[in-house]
Amino acid sequence: MSKSASRGIAGTVDVVVIGAGHSGLAMSHLLGQHSLRHVVLERGEVANSWRMERWDSLRLLTPNWMARLPDYPYQGDDPDGYMSAGQVADFISDYATYTSAPVLTRTAVNRVAQGSHGFRVETQNGDWLCRAVVLATGGFNKPVIPRLADAMPATIEQLSAHSYRNPGQLVPGGVLVVGASATGLQLAQEIQLSGRPVTLAVGEHVRLPRVYRDRDIQWWMLATGVLDQRIEDVDDPDRARRVPSPQLAGASDRATLDLNALQGQGVKIVGRLMGIRDATAQFSGSLRNVCALADLKMNRLLASIDEWAEANAPSGVGPIERFAPTAIDAAPQLKLKLGEDVRTVLWATGFRPDFSWLDLPIFDRKGDLKHDRGVADVPGVYVVGLPYLRRRKSSFIHGAEDDARELTAHLTDYLDRTRQMSLRALAI
Amino acid sequence: MTKHMETATNGVNVAALLGAREALKDAPEAARFKWRATSEWVKGTHNRATVDGFFGLGAEQQHRQTYKFESDHPEIFASEDKGATPVEFVLVGLAGCLTAGIAAVAQNRNIQLHSVKATLEAGMNIQGILGIDPDVRNGFDGIKVHYDIDADASAEDIAALVAQSQKRSAVFDVITNPTDVTVTSSKS
Repeated sequence: MSKSASRGIAGTVDVVVIGAGHSGLAMSHLLGQHSLRHVVLERGEVANSWRMERWDSLRLLTPNWMARLPDYPYQGDDPDGYMSAGQVADFISDYATYTSAPVLTRTAVNRVAQGSHGFRVETQNGDWLCRAVVLATGGFNKPVIPRLADAMPATIEQLSAHSYRNPGQLVPGGVLVVGASATGLQLAQEIQLSGRPVTLAVGEHVRLPRVYRDRDIQWWMLATGVLDQRIEDVDDPDRARRVPSPQLAGASDRATLDLNALQGQGVKIVGRLMGIRDATAQFSGSLRNVCALADLKMNRLLASIDEWAEANAPSGVGPIERFAPTAIDAAPQLKLKLGEDVRTVLWATGFRPDFSWLDLPIFDRKGDLKHDRGVADVPGVYVVGLPYLRRRKSSFIHGAEDDARELTAHLTDYLDRTRQMSLRALAI
Repeated sequence: MTKHMETATNGVNVAALLGAREALKDAPEAARFKWRATSEWVKGTHNRATVDGFFGLGAEQQHRQTYKFESDHPEIFASEDKGATPVEFVLVGLAGCLTAGIAAVAQNRNIQLHSVKATLEAGMNIQGILGIDPDVRNGFDGIKVHYDIDADASAEDIAALVAQSQKRSAVFDVITNPTDVTVTSSKS
């Protein structure tokens, strides 16, 4: 195929949605209800990340009954269970079918640039012209790996939570898991149970019980309005968006996965990884404080739940509970010999979105997308599905709907206004 | 029940601190500070350090006055004990930083403080500095800080103040995390 043929125009629409995950498909469905001509471009298959870029044992952190997309509630027979990654992918694919979403799969976007009447979205199958673009590629495309990784001795195997699939990938011997989010704790647990001794480096984290007073913690978070909390009501929005995912696992026994549980299974906990010198990993002496902060914060949440329960008297809930503080060794280890004690380092240090294909003046000095609750700094560009985009639940499956409705309203209004302006220009 | 909300008076200008935080967010250069000290050997293990200027907000800054600090070793080390031991200055710095943080956080959370007393203790095996046992480090093997705080707040809120102060403390960070140190010399 000649180069000019590949640069041809594939079509002209009102809106191009990039990414056929739950957020992109929710947007697509609502755009369709507003009769906006649009297309959803997907680099792989629908729900690609869930199929291709998650570890084998991953399960959703929210119970199934919470899973819903616009006009599409959970209809399975295990409302209290937690979907596997494959089940999430199927749920999203079924939604695409149900909504007859105009998805073009295997159509990766190489570049988005401003065009004469809006935007030009370039793909290997031709370019799409549109007046608005919705970025729905998600907030978890690339692993965040600290620069420290460069100082790691070459003999140490390194991988990220993005490339990790199961313990079988790892050489025998000790594993240092860096990061104490849901991801870090889940991987630490399954690797420890595979017979490789795990040390977990713990920085700031969020501790939560899986079940509180006989209800899933997410039930409480939803009922008390915590999940609906808006970003504009948060003291420090930047921080709220950076907070690691709470230490939860979607295990069928609904067991709590916290640092105490892990230590009971033999995982050693140390402070945040702060340095590597002479093949020795150095850990922060702040372990006690980060654990104290997480315990205090959990207890504040539980107290606010108790207060809400007192006022609203939900039926069938259990008595008030409090959990043991996080146990810390009398002298937590500050160093670990890399190569001897540790053969593999697994970076569970978070994810970030990848907008490298956006050729628009839309990034701040740190390279982050500039937007106000999903309305990007370049008029006509919208972003969905990022953590705490508009509400705490924004990156959750059930969180897509409210954000998508509000952003669809904004987008529709934007198209109406710009259409009137161009009509007026024509009249002159 | 109506409760009259009074503003705590801990003597910390929180509005100025929050204003600085907002202003410095978009002025990364102004946020770069250099802290300085000079020192001169007196005699024996006695040393005198001076602190007067620092750099910050894009300009040279001066303390209201010059501060001098005498350090020495105690008499049981066959020294003259003309000042606190250098390792004790580390504890002094930690106490100063954490307590300032507690006051600032309390003010921000509108918690009235009445007294904030800290007791600090650092363990050290001097077989390290004496070179007796290479497996013993020179520095502290741990630091214990205890705060005794009288404030109009619950025990849990006080614990949260102390925790938040550690989270934002420069000296706590300097002590708990590795720092690259470059020492050079010249002949005068």
